[in-house]
Amino acid sequence: MKFIRIKNCYKVYKNGVAAVADLTLDIDKGEFVFVIGASGSGKSTLIKMLYREEKPTKGVVEIGGINVGKLRNRTVYKLRRKLGIVFQDFKLLPKLTVYENVAFALECIGMKGKDIRPKVIKALEHVGLKDKTRSFPNELSGGEQQRVCIARAIVNNPKLLICDEPTGNLDPKTSKEIMNVLDTINKDLGTTIIMATHDKEIVNRMKKRVIVLDNGVLAEDHAIGTYKAKES
Amino acid sequence: MKPFRIIVRSIRDSFKSVFRNFSLSMASVICTTITLILVALAIIVTVNVNHVTKSMEEELTVVVYVKKGTADEQINNIESKIKRIDGIKDVVYKSKEEWRLEMKGYSETLEVTLDYLDNNPLLDSFIVTVLDVKDLAPTAKEIRTIEGVQSANYGEGMVEEIISVFTVIKNVTFAIVIALVVVTAFLISNTIKLTIFSRRSEIEIMRLVGSSNTSIKLPFIIEGFLLGIVGSLIPIIAVVYGYIIAYEKLGGSLSFGVIELVKPMPFILYTSLILVIIGSVVGMFGSARAVRKYLKI
Repeated sequence: MKFIRIKNCYKVYKNGVAAVADLTLDIDKGEFVFVIGASGSGKSTLIKMLYREEKPTKGVVEIGGINVGKLRNRTVYKLRRKLGIVFQDFKLLPKLTVYENVAFALECIGMKGKDIRPKVIKALEHVGLKDKTRSFPNELSGGEQQRVCIARAIVNNPKLLICDEPTGNLDPKTSKEIMNVLDTINKDLGTTIIMATHDKEIVNRMKKRVIVLDNGVLAEDHAIGTYKAKES
Repeated sequence: MKPFRIIVRSIRDSFKSVFRNFSLSMASVICTTITLILVALAIIVTVNVNHVTKSMEEELTVVVYVKKGTADEQINNIESKIKRIDGIKDVVYKSKEEWRLEMKGYSETLEVTLDYLDNNPLLDSFIVTVLDVKDLAPTAKEIRTIEGVQSANYGEGMVEEIISVFTVIKNVTFAIVIALVVVTAFLISNTIKLTIFSRRSEIEIMRLVGSSNTSIKLPFIIEGFLLGIVGSLIPIIAVVYGYIIAYEKLGGSLSFGVIELVKPMPFILYTSLILVIIGSVVGMFGSARAVRKYLKI
């Protein structure tokens, strides 16, 4: 069975905008998939449907056997605990240190204090921020903040990591570092990664599976290494 | 064990956040304090007004005179008949001799006059009190039908007027207290909403990392509860000390003893309890309501 199964999925917003139309897509466990497309192509909607911030209007979105669209609002947290989410704007709590920000995710789900520490340290090791545990987010560079965000996303060993333009606010060099971190996580931990991005250079260089959305419709689906962005 | 950990964490976090968001916490507390002082004042006024009307109402009685020359047996009969009427609180017999002694005390002229007379011209009587002053008129009417009763009077006309004025006063003061409680609830919950608005990103992150709605709401609800309690402290101190001092300064009454005030104990304890309950409950519900907005429920 496929890890992620999206079948004949539609999303029409209340204001009548059809963001995603008749989308059918399968993703295997351990894959690294880029979702690209122009602004308004439905990338973000697809990402949001995966972590159930939005419900599909019609069709099925299934992750690890859970029909995400059928989840009730009050039980969404059960899905969220199984995935990690990385955002363009990091979404870190400014008043908490790096360590506390990562530990926050585990505290929120009621984990025991003594179990939290080794997990947080391990996650911070993965992103290379072990020596910055006591820093506050505003003392870090953009790339470092994003790495904290990634550490927070992977601290609970999720099977799926959803990234919504994680390099959108970063310069090319830092973006490259972040991509290396994500690639390592994908390879070492076997975490499935779905990443929406605008950055053609990254997509070209990483040589992963690439899904192209256009006006909410699946325009192209390139297998690993076959995608080459046109020069623009 | 897990629910217990979540509760412990919520309590810890709510204390932390009171101090982390100190200025907004203070705003909530001050807002609560001010409105609860108003509520406290309204309660004090209402309770005292009720106390006054009640004590005045208790003095309203039906005075029943027995016909002259009625035998003792017949008098006992009348008493038992009156006692059988519904809504009677108490029936006290007052003989004409008792009346004579009492009236002699009113003035010297009366004393001389009553002493001069060989026969006591007064009548034996019953002083009848009723449970509800509204029953005075029908009770008097019923007593008049008993054989051997000369008259049954309760101050017709004036009593009705007093009762209607008292009813209006009671209703108005009660309405004011209710209105103030509602306003308090609204103000406190709005201030808490402000506090929570400034922390919506925190709530968003909690949702995204997989906190259940309960574990997100709990720290905010506890925080609202704490702020409500802290906010009710000053009003309580004001009520306790203010009322005791005012009571002692005024000697327990207003308008030269006409209006008797409610004794401070246990009245101020009940009022304090009401204030704490309003503060904490409104704080809790205000928080819960405000957080709901940022949770998709």
